[in-house]
Amino acid sequence: MSIQTSPAVNHLTANQLPRWTPWAVLGGCLLVAAALSGPMFGGFNLAGVAFVGVLAFLVVMHVLATVVEGRRKATDRLLTHLVAGAFCLALIPLVSLLFETLAKGLPRFDVRFFTYSMRNVVSDGGGAIHALYGTLYVAGFASVVSIPIGLMTAIYLAEYGRGPLAKAITFFVDVMTGIPSIVAGLFAYALMSVLFGPGTIMGFSGSIALSVLMIPVIVRSVEELLRLVPNELREAAYALGVPKWRTIVQVVLPTAISGIVSGIILSIARIIGETAPLMIAAGFTASLNNNPFANPMMTLPVFVYDQYAYPGVEREFFDQRAWTGALTLILLVMLLNLIGRLIASRFAPKTGR
Amino acid sequence: MKITKASLALTAALALSLTACAANEGTKTTASTGGLSGTLAGKGSSAMSAAQKQWITDFQTKNTGVTVNYSPDGSGAGRDGFTSGAVAFGASDRPFNDSEMGVGKFAKCAADSNALNLPVYISPIAVVFNVTGVDKLNLDAATTAGIFSGAIKTWNDPKIVALNPGVTLPAANITAVHRSDDSGTTDNFTDWLNANAATVWTNAHSGTWPAAYAGEAAKGTAGVVDTVTKGQNTIGYVDDSAAAKLGKASIKVGDAFVQPTAEGAAKMVDASAQVAGRAANDLAFKLSRTTAGTYPLALVSYALVCQQYKAASDATLVKAYIGYIASADGQASAAKSALAAPLSSALQAKVKTAVDSIK
Amino acid sequence: MTDTTTAPPVATGPTVPPPQRPKRRLGDVIFSRLSSGSGFLILIILAAVAAFLLVQAFPALVSSPEVLKTKGYGEFWSWVLPFAFGTVWSSLWALILAVPVSIGIALFITHYAPRRLARTLGYIIDLLAAVPSVVFGLWGTMTLAPATQPVYQWLNTYLGFIPLFGGEASGTGRTLLTAAIVLAVMILPIITSLCREVFLQTPRLHEEAALALGATRWETIKLAVLPYGRAGTVAAVMLGLGRALGETMAVAMVLSGNQVINFRLLTSDNPNTVAAMIAQNFPEASGIRINELIAAGLVLFVITLIINSIARLIISRYSEFSGAN
Repeated sequence: MSIQTSPAVNHLTANQLPRWTPWAVLGGCLLVAAALSGPMFGGFNLAGVAFVGVLAFLVVMHVLATVVEGRRKATDRLLTHLVAGAFCLALIPLVSLLFETLAKGLPRFDVRFFTYSMRNVVSDGGGAIHALYGTLYVAGFASVVSIPIGLMTAIYLAEYGRGPLAKAITFFVDVMTGIPSIVAGLFAYALMSVLFGPGTIMGFSGSIALSVLMIPVIVRSVEELLRLVPNELREAAYALGVPKWRTIVQVVLPTAISGIVSGIILSIARIIGETAPLMIAAGFTASLNNNPFANPMMTLPVFVYDQYAYPGVEREFFDQRAWTGALTLILLVMLLNLIGRLIASRFAPKTGR
Repeated sequence: MKITKASLALTAALALSLTACAANEGTKTTASTGGLSGTLAGKGSSAMSAAQKQWITDFQTKNTGVTVNYSPDGSGAGRDGFTSGAVAFGASDRPFNDSEMGVGKFAKCAADSNALNLPVYISPIAVVFNVTGVDKLNLDAATTAGIFSGAIKTWNDPKIVALNPGVTLPAANITAVHRSDDSGTTDNFTDWLNANAATVWTNAHSGTWPAAYAGEAAKGTAGVVDTVTKGQNTIGYVDDSAAAKLGKASIKVGDAFVQPTAEGAAKMVDASAQVAGRAANDLAFKLSRTTAGTYPLALVSYALVCQQYKAASDATLVKAYIGYIASADGQASAAKSALAAPLSSALQAKVKTAVDSIK
Repeated sequence: MTDTTTAPPVATGPTVPPPQRPKRRLGDVIFSRLSSGSGFLILIILAAVAAFLLVQAFPALVSSPEVLKTKGYGEFWSWVLPFAFGTVWSSLWALILAVPVSIGIALFITHYAPRRLARTLGYIIDLLAAVPSVVFGLWGTMTLAPATQPVYQWLNTYLGFIPLFGGEASGTGRTLLTAAIVLAVMILPIITSLCREVFLQTPRLHEEAALALGATRWETIKLAVLPYGRAGTVAAVMLGLGRALGETMAVAMVLSGNQVINFRLLTSDNPNTVAAMIAQNFPEASGIRINELIAAGLVLFVITLIINSIARLIISRYSEFSGAN
């Protein structure tokens, strides 16, 4: 740590780069990269310029900061830039993907798409109302099955669990997170075949497949969060004579509620887009089915896959419907997220952050 | 926490209580036309998917009381589903073989009944390419086998040049695209290669791509089309109906180079012999891949049905539906919307006799 | 952390005779039975899945190589090995790409971004979790692969002497690296979201103590935030890995996968993953082929089991240092 201050300068702002420096350096580096783009890439190339420019920015800025501000400050700056850069990097696929989905999905994002099914449709027209309802039924039932089981198991592991049973459950929940989604589908299919005769395909079977995938995700995230709730809170409650179960329900859970809700929502987001298990367990149909306990039920991801993979001769209509289905699915999950977040922010305890 | 559960429960309850309906689906109370009613489930070949969609639409429009569900899960799933009784009819890119056939082996069929293999869908397979500056390409089986096995690596290879006088072929690497999934298209393609160029393509026909031959793999017909279209200097093989916007190679049959056509494919089936030792109404074929005057690179899909069903309701619906598929109307409809090759009228008549015999 | 479960409900001294209620309250009994019951239910579900897998895989595992060979599939273990390798190899690269970025994003949201924006930024990242895997598959083949192909060509030409980038560059961009990028994008929101929660739980006092000692922001994070959140971070990464290993549809659509063992990242001759291979072959499978594919699923299962066990070991080692108290 050798911060050499020159004796001549003694202001508070000495050895500190002005606030605008990073922006100026970034701009300069991008301009230079753009100017050099010809010799480097043989023509203007946006991705190439951005890459070289940002790389140059990191190097120049680090050198500049080391010279002016010293090593520790320079490291701090470098890390700030890297961390912000990580965020921007993640935005690239997101923006590209959303742009693609919007551009290709909006043309068919119309009333017909949300009122028509695919019954008797072979080229233009048609819609995904049957798949939309299917997804609501299947994901709804999967949540009804998984959330109580997952939550209670997490509580058991974090609050009660000791001894071999808890160890076994922890271990096997880990194992369960590794079940490939297609195997979960096969399991549900086989279970239904055993219970209701061979080849029984129905919406609820899809829910079972999704539950197998959803439960461990809920358990893992909720358990981890419950363990982070400070023990002081529990002990304070016990000291007041509050029974253990009320301590859990009224102290521990509310403290972690925002994380729990976000974990549950992420688990729904995780399963609502599953294609492979639903294809096997819930099947395909072009018509609306309002009974989750009989006959195949279309779901949105399977609809998207079906439209993409098995198009008719006029492929553009099928591709359009696939992208519109994808857009709908994304919006649906966004809506879920929004609801969850509203709940989370209203019920979260003040943490000071 | 309670709120979350309550809201989820509410959502579920709401979804249930809503009387969901689709604008294009009439209420079931209106008198159904056609006199039939019920739900018919089929499963199998994904190659037939587009044609099945069309047939179902036609059939449901005529018989509003009937819902036909066809899952394009694949031929294997179709054969298993039919054998185990999960569906009333199966659809497969190959007929049941002798060890799979047998009286009493099929759950939906009466105890003393065997299954029937009925050809209902013929589709030419196109060898598609996307090569800079090339819009016509001639290939024979040996050269195609060389390209797809990796022995021929560049487009200006002497073997390709010899077949294409007057065409400027680039000195670029060939990217040969094959199906990554197990498929009837691959099975027929490799069968054609093996039948015509056994010295170059030494593997027997198989639905999975031989591990010894590398190359670019893509999932499903749509995946191959996308990869060939998006890539540079690519070649692949797909169902002709999906190849609309790509260049199609003419393949050498006898002495002539022929483009994939519906008539050529239908002729190939007519030139093939039936599998020996089957019941009179079983129309399984051993396809001939070498006959001149036909387009021998084609896929034939079968409807798998029972000679006699346990349930009369199944028999009625299957007879009506498969009967429609194999009729002149049904074949013309699929030819229009799925670019399938219509069965020749002689074969149509044979299938009709077989369908009429279903009990 | 380790002693969260030891809190006694009523704190009574040993010398004082117990008052009226040493017995457990009804609410407590019901609640603990309910929670342990659902834990038990999970074991039953898993046992059912495992039983199904084992029973179905058994014929392929015990049947002789000759039987499988006559069907054209080859001996089981040499057949499944390339796919197992592809699964681990692609997931490994997905992690290499995703973990630094995820931790960076989580730190950015929790410690760098303006507080008012933090929630929104987190939400933006969570949007990625809203995208179904089919759509990632579409985007990967249609947009990402063609866009990255020139980069691969460049890497192959100039850095081809590095074995990883060697071989003949793919003409379509549907390489293992592309699949790894898609996987990385898919597991990013999961890792980020969990890391965020973990970093937010760092005691304020730890951070303020570091700042009071004159530490810079990065030093504070290095001294207080990261060590505290280590167990949680490892758990988050493992959850991401679990997802990457089992991802089916996106890999099946993006990767040009064959049955090879190949360390190269930029060729079109890539090892396929187990999950994608099952999805691609299951529909057309019949007879012993189905057993063989399910046995491959079992292998995938075992791989995740081993990796998760390693993760458990790491977590239990670190958890001694973190501790909520």
